Amino acid sequence: MSAIIHGAGAATALSTFNFKTLVAPCRTNIPGRSKRCIVAAGSDDDASKSFGSSILTVRHSQKLIANAVATKADMSATTGTGHELLLFEALQEGLEEEMDRDPHVCVMGEDVGHYGGSYKVTKGLADKFGDLRVLDTPICENAFTGMGIGAAMTGLRPVIEGMNMGFLLLAFNQISNNCGMLHYTSGGQFTIPVVIRGPGGVGRQLGAEHSQRLESYFQSIPGIQMVACSTPYNAKGLMKAAIRSENPVILFEHVLLYNLKEKIPDEEYICNLEEAEMVRPGEHITILTYSRMRYHVMQAAKTLVNKGYDPEVIDIRSLKPFDLYTIGNSVKKTHRVLIVEECMRTGGIGASLTAAINENFHDYLDAPVMCLSSQDVPTPYAGTLEEWTVVQPAQIVTAVEQLCQ
Amino acid sequence: MALSRLSSRSTTLFQPLAAAFPTTLRRHISTDTTPITVETSLPFTSHLVEPPSRAVETSSSELLSFFRDMALMRRMEIAADSLYKAKLIRGFCHLYDGQEAVAIGMEAAITRRDAIITSYRDHCTFLGRGGGIFEAFSELMGRTTGCSKGKGGSMHFYKKDASFYGGHGIVGAQAPLGCGLAFAQKYSKEEAVTFTLYGDGAANQGQLFEALNIAALWDLPAVLVCENNHYGMGTAEWRSAKSPAYFKRGDYVPGLKVDGMDALAVKQACKFAKEHALKNGPIILEMDTYRYHGHSMSDPGSTYRTRDEISGVRQVRDPIDRVRKLIISHDIATEKELKDMEKEVRKEVDAAVAQAKESPIPEPSDLFTNIYVKGFGSESFGADRKELRATLP
Repeated sequence: MSAIIHGAGAATALSTFNFKTLVAPCRTNIPGRSKRCIVAAGSDDDASKSFGSSILTVRHSQKLIANAVATKADMSATTGTGHELLLFEALQEGLEEEMDRDPHVCVMGEDVGHYGGSYKVTKGLADKFGDLRVLDTPICENAFTGMGIGAAMTGLRPVIEGMNMGFLLLAFNQISNNCGMLHYTSGGQFTIPVVIRGPGGVGRQLGAEHSQRLESYFQSIPGIQMVACSTPYNAKGLMKAAIRSENPVILFEHVLLYNLKEKIPDEEYICNLEEAEMVRPGEHITILTYSRMRYHVMQAAKTLVNKGYDPEVIDIRSLKPFDLYTIGNSVKKTHRVLIVEECMRTGGIGASLTAAINENFHDYLDAPVMCLSSQDVPTPYAGTLEEWTVVQPAQIVTAVEQLCQ
Repeated sequence: MALSRLSSRSTTLFQPLAAAFPTTLRRHISTDTTPITVETSLPFTSHLVEPPSRAVETSSSELLSFFRDMALMRRMEIAADSLYKAKLIRGFCHLYDGQEAVAIGMEAAITRRDAIITSYRDHCTFLGRGGGIFEAFSELMGRTTGCSKGKGGSMHFYKKDASFYGGHGIVGAQAPLGCGLAFAQKYSKEEAVTFTLYGDGAANQGQLFEALNIAALWDLPAVLVCENNHYGMGTAEWRSAKSPAYFKRGDYVPGLKVDGMDALAVKQACKFAKEHALKNGPIILEMDTYRYHGHSMSDPGSTYRTRDEISGVRQVRDPIDRVRKLIISHDIATEKELKDMEKEVRKEVDAAVAQAKESPIPEPSDLFTNIYVKGFGSESFGADRKELRATLP
């Protein structure tokens, strides 16, 4: 089976350099599932350009899926027969479709089975697939993450859920040493196709230990990929792509985004794991963001538009590796960059993104890269204090005005 | 005396004593498979399960292969010792000499579909799984012909086609991995088990108990083998464990204590454990064994134990000597023949070392291979995809 994916974020750059195809390895011959028409649809937000020029077709012996044309897909995403659902349902749909498609996919985590998942992402899956494929683990993150990795060494594709990303700190050794490194230290003998997913980020007064943003801790582990979803559309797409990828992928969800509603296509689609999403094209300034901060940025964008600014908003989605191609093209156009993130100021994703942009696109910058991140404090319980820990739309507006002077 | 091939298969009543044909040096390994029954040195101690019998069935060909393979392992470790001192092997080098019986006995009881995963003391386990000494030495010296292409090193030997899952540096981290392997075996409904080896030092790791709990809960075909060499690096067993009865620590999981210097006892125990795990879920085996070298090459091994202790064990409990005595007492080969076998093994090891020394070192571009698996063999240089190169087939 081959997939045709085009980068939703590559719309602005119309050169056809940088092809990548996520080849979905069909490791089992499931009868009756030979050819699925996989359509990669574009982002359904304000993108008005056609995505035709960045279609990537599979060139070799795998069959071309003739029907999957990006331009048509663009229409179907916005007008056609989509269906509306919440983000956690989108994740569930993606997971269920992948489990249907490949019997090697299994889910393990705390309360994912009979309870239905603490955020209902795995609801109904245990009834459908049974206890051996949707496994309720005891509370031992280190052990069940290690077990998932061990199972992946033999060819299974576990989806490991951390009830909260903060709990994955207990499994850090397994994620860093075994998950990330085994492909390398075995000289390529083993691949670790796990997906580690779970909600993170600052919620509503959940307290310091349950409001952690671990993207920064995991970002220097070699060998893993990190993605953050922000809409039901990319949640399902990234979930599916992550499961199909041969690399270990950490999928960051956000506690407060689970109830977002959106219409997504009925056809099957995947989102490219390494590409950023163009949320709102613009001319004056590039705003890079991910996960929940995307919504704060879009809220600020409304104010900014009223004030006469034209921000370009990019949801970077791929936290490791960064999609410097999309970002770079944007910087070359606008010459100003603002990074808005929920990660900590010190050593966060924004910090490394700032370094990467400065290193690669220094000549194109008219102003220093500005990074708005959460404060370097444990998240307080009190509501007002918690609000001040995280970046608010008003601060984004001020920052843009400052940069665009 | 090695039996000549003609007479070996003719009758089941053929007595090994009657062989009088001289054999050439090349026909060392006897092909006689008539069963010989040997008693293990010590009875098995068990916890929550009936121990297997002390009488182990073996054959002259098996005993000779035990001898040869253990001699090869011993020689390899000693060669690694001198290579380390010659600075051709760097970093950490954890040697297994003294513990060979565990690797050999285990192999004799299982198939290549059963999985083995162990810690960093993995050179001999790799050999037991069918790995070659040339690959082993190449990997130790960091050459591309090594089993992990020179990128793993001493602690990261793997052999996927023989179900050998390594080779792990962090103490105890292989325990959850091993239970994951057992889970995969149960999931795919293979009738195979996983042997997860760890040491007496790792026996105090929390993740071991976590993994044991899950394995027992989900009835996984996992056999956890504690290679108790009585020292966790420099700390003796009695100073680190309140309860050094590691086979009993599973509490609700049955356990068996085995003399780890007796290859036949190990074989019997592993066979028993495999049958148990396939039917009833996890079981713990404690192998009472001993390492002659220190924890690693940077540890002299004599600051926390006396030289008398080491030489005492070597005289009384050495695994190779035990098999040698068995072979001689059953008249399967003479002392001279066994010595010749050892000389041959030594030549083999020297040849492998010489060949490995000539092997190429990895190219700079190998730094970035095998980090990510991508379709179409693309390589990404650095996390920012600065020089992404996709090579389409």
